[in-house]
Amino acid sequence: MTSKINEANTDIKEDFFRGLHNGIPICLGYVSVGFTFGMMCTENGLSFLVAVLISLTNLTSAGQFAGTALIISGGSLLEIGITTFVINLRYMLMSLSISQKVDMALSIPKRMLMSFGITDEIFGVSMQTKGNISFAYFMGLMILPILGWSGGTLIGATAVSLLPDMVRSALGIAIYGMFLAVIIPPARTERAVAWVIAIAAAISCILYYVPFFSGISSGWMIIICAVAASSIAAVLWPVVDDEEANA
Amino acid sequence: MEQMYNYGYVLTAVAVMALVTYIPRMIPLTFMRKKITSRFVRSFLYYMPYAVLTAMTLPAILYSTSGMASAVAGLIVAVILAYRNRSLLTVALGAVAAVFVVERVLAFLPM
Repeated sequence: MTSKINEANTDIKEDFFRGLHNGIPICLGYVSVGFTFGMMCTENGLSFLVAVLISLTNLTSAGQFAGTALIISGGSLLEIGITTFVINLRYMLMSLSISQKVDMALSIPKRMLMSFGITDEIFGVSMQTKGNISFAYFMGLMILPILGWSGGTLIGATAVSLLPDMVRSALGIAIYGMFLAVIIPPARTERAVAWVIAIAAAISCILYYVPFFSGISSGWMIIICAVAASSIAAVLWPVVDDEEANA
Repeated sequence: MEQMYNYGYVLTAVAVMALVTYIPRMIPLTFMRKKITSRFVRSFLYYMPYAVLTAMTLPAILYSTSGMASAVAGLIVAVILAYRNRSLLTVALGAVAAVFVVERVLAFLPM
């Protein structure tokens, strides 16, 4: 049934609801992390309104955690700007990747609206769409994660005792379970994808566990893994183009 | 104890953060309006999502719960369900359930 949905085009409503559905697991993970962010803000005396404003306008984890930590310690605007920017540089790669999977005629305002929703998770899930990523699908996909992220922040910042620790701990893994559901099935059928996963996992663990690399931020770790593993695979297993025909 | 903030500074900093987060997301998608023809770049972009998601999952998943035992249980359940081509939601909730059960069981064990 799902493969038929992927093939069907032009049905805006169907695309939108498929996006909404795919957004549920992202939303669950975001509630949990957003909750932690909200708690961090109020524990440091920031108003819950500021916490929610940050989550609504930034919609990113590592970048806003780092930026907010700098606000709390009274960092300069330049320092805050550069740190957040560097952590978020990886979004350029993702945005470029999505630009190759949308209808080339898609209008600039629609592209600008979609851009707001490019997070690691939304990107990862949207890229498993067969064929083009439609505007309706992407909007559907964005909505629940945005609500989950801001809502989780609001709950964490206001009613700290509302969500018991044991539920929060368990929800923390939701997002990673979803990632595994995205990367493992294609790895079964495509040897190159399996290698990309193996190479990226190895580099990621080396960067994480070898003390020499401990100064590298999570944003840079992702960039290094992405560039290294994808470059190796692109050289060894170049993809055969089949999209020109139906472009 | 309560820290006092200059909210002019805080709001300006939030605006700066929002801007430098949006710009890298917006520029390539908005202005790259033709197909890239380089086979290397196309292949690179094809593999990149898998590399990004792997880098985000490992080893972070091991530290995503209150203890590594429950995280490993969640990881194993997620890998098995994903290998069987279950939906994203099923895999995510399966991992959550495994973590929840293991943490409840561990809570009863004499340590």
